[in-house]
Amino acid sequence: MRKHGRNRRNSGGESSKRKGNETVSVTISIKHALKKYGENVIIPDLSLDIREGEFFTLLGPSGCGKTTLLRMIAGFNSIEGGDFFFSGRRINDLDPARRNIGMVFQNYAIFPHMTVRKNVEFGLKNKKLPAAEIKSKTDEFMKLMQIDQYADRMPERLSGGQQQRVALARALCIEPDVLLFDEPLSNLDAKLRVEMRTVIKNIQHSVNITTVYVTHDQEEAMAVSDRIAVMNAGVIQQVGTPRAIYQRPANLFVSTFIGRSNVMKGHLAVEDGKVWLVTGSGHRAQIETVQEQYKKDQEVVISVRPEEFLPCADTTVDGIPAVVDDCVFLGLNTHYFVHLDSGEEVEIIQESSLDNVIRPGTQIKLQINTEKVNVFSADGSVNLLYGVKSDEAAE
Amino acid sequence: MKSRKFEIWTVISVVILAAFLLFMVYPMFGLLRQSVETPEGEFSMQNFAEFFSKPYYTVTILNSIKVTIAVTLVSLVLGIPFAYFYSFYQLKGSKVLFVVSILCCMSAPFIGAYSWIMLLGRSGVITNFLKSALGITIPSVYGFKGILLVQSLKFFPLVFIYMNGAFKNIDNTLMEASANMGCTGVNRLFRIVMALSMPTILAASLMVFMQAFADFGTPMLLGEGYQTFPVLIYNQYLGEVGQNYNFAAALAVIAIIVTAMVFFFQKWATGKFKFSMNALHPVEKKKPRGITGLLMHLYCYLLIAIAFMPQLYIIYLSFRNCSGAIFKPGFSLMNYHAAMNKLLVRSIRNTTILGVSSLAIIIVVAVLIAYLVVRRSSAMNNVIDTMSMLPYIMPGAVIGLSLLIAFGKKPFALTGTLTIMVIALVIRRLPYTIRSATATLMQISLSVEEAAISLGASKLKTFVKITIPMMANGILSGAILSWVAIVTELSSAIILYNNRSITLTMSTYAAISRGNYGLAAAFAAILTVVTIISLVIYLAVSKTEDVQL
Repeated sequence: MRKHGRNRRNSGGESSKRKGNETVSVTISIKHALKKYGENVIIPDLSLDIREGEFFTLLGPSGCGKTTLLRMIAGFNSIEGGDFFFSGRRINDLDPARRNIGMVFQNYAIFPHMTVRKNVEFGLKNKKLPAAEIKSKTDEFMKLMQIDQYADRMPERLSGGQQQRVALARALCIEPDVLLFDEPLSNLDAKLRVEMRTVIKNIQHSVNITTVYVTHDQEEAMAVSDRIAVMNAGVIQQVGTPRAIYQRPANLFVSTFIGRSNVMKGHLAVEDGKVWLVTGSGHRAQIETVQEQYKKDQEVVISVRPEEFLPCADTTVDGIPAVVDDCVFLGLNTHYFVHLDSGEEVEIIQESSLDNVIRPGTQIKLQINTEKVNVFSADGSVNLLYGVKSDEAAE
Repeated sequence: MKSRKFEIWTVISVVILAAFLLFMVYPMFGLLRQSVETPEGEFSMQNFAEFFSKPYYTVTILNSIKVTIAVTLVSLVLGIPFAYFYSFYQLKGSKVLFVVSILCCMSAPFIGAYSWIMLLGRSGVITNFLKSALGITIPSVYGFKGILLVQSLKFFPLVFIYMNGAFKNIDNTLMEASANMGCTGVNRLFRIVMALSMPTILAASLMVFMQAFADFGTPMLLGEGYQTFPVLIYNQYLGEVGQNYNFAAALAVIAIIVTAMVFFFQKWATGKFKFSMNALHPVEKKKPRGITGLLMHLYCYLLIAIAFMPQLYIIYLSFRNCSGAIFKPGFSLMNYHAAMNKLLVRSIRNTTILGVSSLAIIIVVAVLIAYLVVRRSSAMNNVIDTMSMLPYIMPGAVIGLSLLIAFGKKPFALTGTLTIMVIALVIRRLPYTIRSATATLMQISLSVEEAAISLGASKLKTFVKITIPMMANGILSGAILSWVAIVTELSSAIILYNNRSITLTMSTYAAISRGNYGLAAAFAAILTVVTIISLVIYLAVSKTEDVQL
């Protein structure tokens, strides 16, 4: 695919370096951002660095401040404190119309009184480009988004997915420095959502424009992002690649928000320099990945993903005693709902095998994959294991 | 958004606020001051004391309240079944019912009153026919009963249009759910349909009450001994007993207090029904069957025929030969010839100028205010919003009187000019157009405007190219009805007009009050035709059944 970032009008300022014939897209740097509505603090103090050309996702539950932050970048929300930079250029007081951003909204925000073509060329007209260039660019991006056959249709005669493509074409064709997506897929049905997220990801990779994407859907975030920032209550919990966040969540919130986690109480026991993880029901397993500073006897929270349990029908082996309550066959995988003898209920996922389904009511033993489990401090605020990566913002 | 030192919208807010202060608050203040002064200019409560001490005066306010409540109830009783049949059944010729209903409620009420006098009055056609052919004497059409008849027939279509909107918003699944739980038929009608429509019923009641209470023409023509409040105000201002501005001002203040009380009572009552509906699956209209279906058709067509009859009869009369108050056999255009000699051209020209300029001002101001209130909420803009609703509780006669007091003498000697008429009409209609513009703007997602800004459009360009076109439909539907209301305006105009600023409506009224019935019929027919043409254009352009009043 050809690069659409080429020959872009250089409004990113002097810091947008050129490499050969291509503009390197901008970086976004946020330092100590503060957002308040009256006395109500939404974002207390947030710093973040987004790399050039990166697909960056703000992920969090509704009300966590992710859309607020996105709209601060776009210029639609006031900034009560801190600084926002595009490639080193401070944009706090820059008019939204001059930030050269392409934004895709949750409800697409298609102009209902304009045809598809008029919608797409709206931004180009505001740049006062020559008519021939407007036409060729509009055609190019309508073709790219496969909406060229609807050019003269009014938006009300388009499906949700087609409207989404119009919104994308409209945002892309001004060749923005930054692409912003505000929950763009949440109004689509499940199948279209999966299709459109692939479209968005592929387009982003081909145009190579720095992108900030807001969603509350962790699966969607994992599917499209280069890196993810998990947010809660206006605070970034962890920044990292989807893999880093899933495998070594920085705290209990991230662990339960990204993917499914069974949370159990337990404690660490240090004997002869070896660290043992002891579950509530007394099962002990050696664990070698605890950070040096946390190697002491203490209460902990154990987070085990459903696929990190190994159920054994043979009750003579070492493991946590449990009873199967229910099993659900979902094709590729089979889910088991079991309760431990400590009373805690957990979910287990196993690849479906041909015949050996464990019937409800069966006594089993559960073994834990101690390489993969995560262990948090008793209050859940910090992961005690090695390997946690959270990209801190540069000061 | 951002704290800017200077912004065009701030200037617009200040200008609108200044205009409101000059044209609404200042006249209101003048009215208030006059009401507590003697003609010599000393402070005194004697006007109020006089009002409350004489039954001759106090009875008028009771009359007004009595007849207005009766009209409101009868309009609801007539209009709700009409709307129910229309919304829930496939009536034959439902388009006709709809169009004629709008025509009925948009006509000038006093023309209906005049026509009913021609039909049922002392020497009315029906009265005479019944007396000579069957020897039956029908009850008098004058007084309470006459006002009730004319106003109810005029206002039930208003209830119908409101209720039709509410019924359309009832989701069919609610009807099915209640049927599942064993609630059907009449039971469901009252417990579900009517209960869900309560906010609209209250809104329609308020609308009917305000309009009926402020109606001047009908009680003036039909009231005779039964004097209502607007008539009293007018008589005090211009009456045979001699002018008394101060007493008239006191009456106006009392009128505002009454309407304000009703307004707040309605707001309080509406507050008890806080829910909103938006039907994903509107109710599917059923086919009316058997004798019930026949009765439904009969009810709707008979009612609408009676309501529309006066307008048709006026057109018929306008072609009859006539001399003074007596219609003679035979048809001719003599009434129209007479009208030509009686300022017809000037009336039409003034009506057009007034209508077009008032409407233009109303639309511009309403769009700006809607934008300020919805998109740029601030303390000043909230004050503007509240003030813009003030005329809602001011009967037309009160607006006319207050403008006269404020601008009748230097430095603002505007009496008798078209300007003061424009001011009055703008004030009268502005709240309605602001409401519809605000409602339209609230439905437009802010992100559409943000999209335009993010694509490099300035705020002004976004407003002109995106916001206004998207509001256009809602504004237009409100505007054409405002146009009709402006053209048929009587109650404030009657206080402000003179020979130079005479309009079609005023010419009609003047002819009726001078006993030139043929001439009146010609003017009224022209007015009716103008109304019909306006509405037909509106219905053709808007292609919608959602009429906003």
